[in-house]
Amino acid sequence: MPVTTIAGREIDVDAEGFLTKPEQWDEALAETLAANIGITLTDAHWVPIHFLRKDFETQKETATLRRVSTVGGIPVKELFALFPGKPAKKMSYIAGLQKPKGCV
Amino acid sequence: MSTPIVPSFDDAAGSGRKLAIICSKGNLDMAYPGLILANAALGEGVETHLFFTFWGFDIINKATMGDLKFTFVGNTAMHMPGHNSGIHHMLGALPGATAGATAMMKKMIADLDVPEVPEFLELLTASGCHMWACRMSADMNKLTEDDLYDGVEAIISASDFIEITDGAQLLFI
Repeated sequence: MPVTTIAGREIDVDAEGFLTKPEQWDEALAETLAANIGITLTDAHWVPIHFLRKDFETQKETATLRRVSTVGGIPVKELFALFPGKPAKKMSYIAGLQKPKGCV
Repeated sequence: MSTPIVPSFDDAAGSGRKLAIICSKGNLDMAYPGLILANAALGEGVETHLFFTFWGFDIINKATMGDLKFTFVGNTAMHMPGHNSGIHHMLGALPGATAGATAMMKKMIADLDVPEVPEFLELLTASGCHMWACRMSADMNKLTEDDLYDGVEAIISASDFIEITDGAQLLFI
């Protein structure tokens, strides 16, 4: 697996660029990850990102968009507005997690 | 310093990708493929259109959408998911067999945290899905837009649908 330099740090990523070691992530890194894909984080962005991190601790896998909506309580429409186009993938990238595996 | 490896989230809308799915079947197990693929496409930023026609109308008819059924009857290849041994399809004709099979299938779907049909439609609407109902099916069933799920944009003719989905990739289910 490749190692890439993000915000002056050595970060382990997969071939696409998603982090493979969630423990290398912190909030400062998230700002840079978001900037990498053209997103400026606001308070509204942090809510789903914090949910993803917290949910990952117990589930050991990345929450799907539906889970962020039903368990995290953030409407799907809002997630599409915050992370346009590919909300599930963009959120997990910024949260330093793999993209979700579930179909729904 | 080398360029960091960053996923490419190029907007599919920018590349003009568009998907149209014709949902023509009203069985529970034939409703889900279209809904799941639509949800996946929307999550990838693909402009997605669903066209409900013939028995697929049951998916958006408020009177039937929550009560689609799964049956063994008439399908010699049928078995429950996770079980390799088939059940003779004629046994599916026994009273209660369809209700039992439907309940079992619904439980399996719920266990995977996949929503029931009406809630799934809400999810698709929130994700920006375009839904259209077939004019001929509406006329045959004597239904109007009031009878249909609110997220359906309009009852349109087949030629309207062909026009709307110009350039789209198309799936018939």
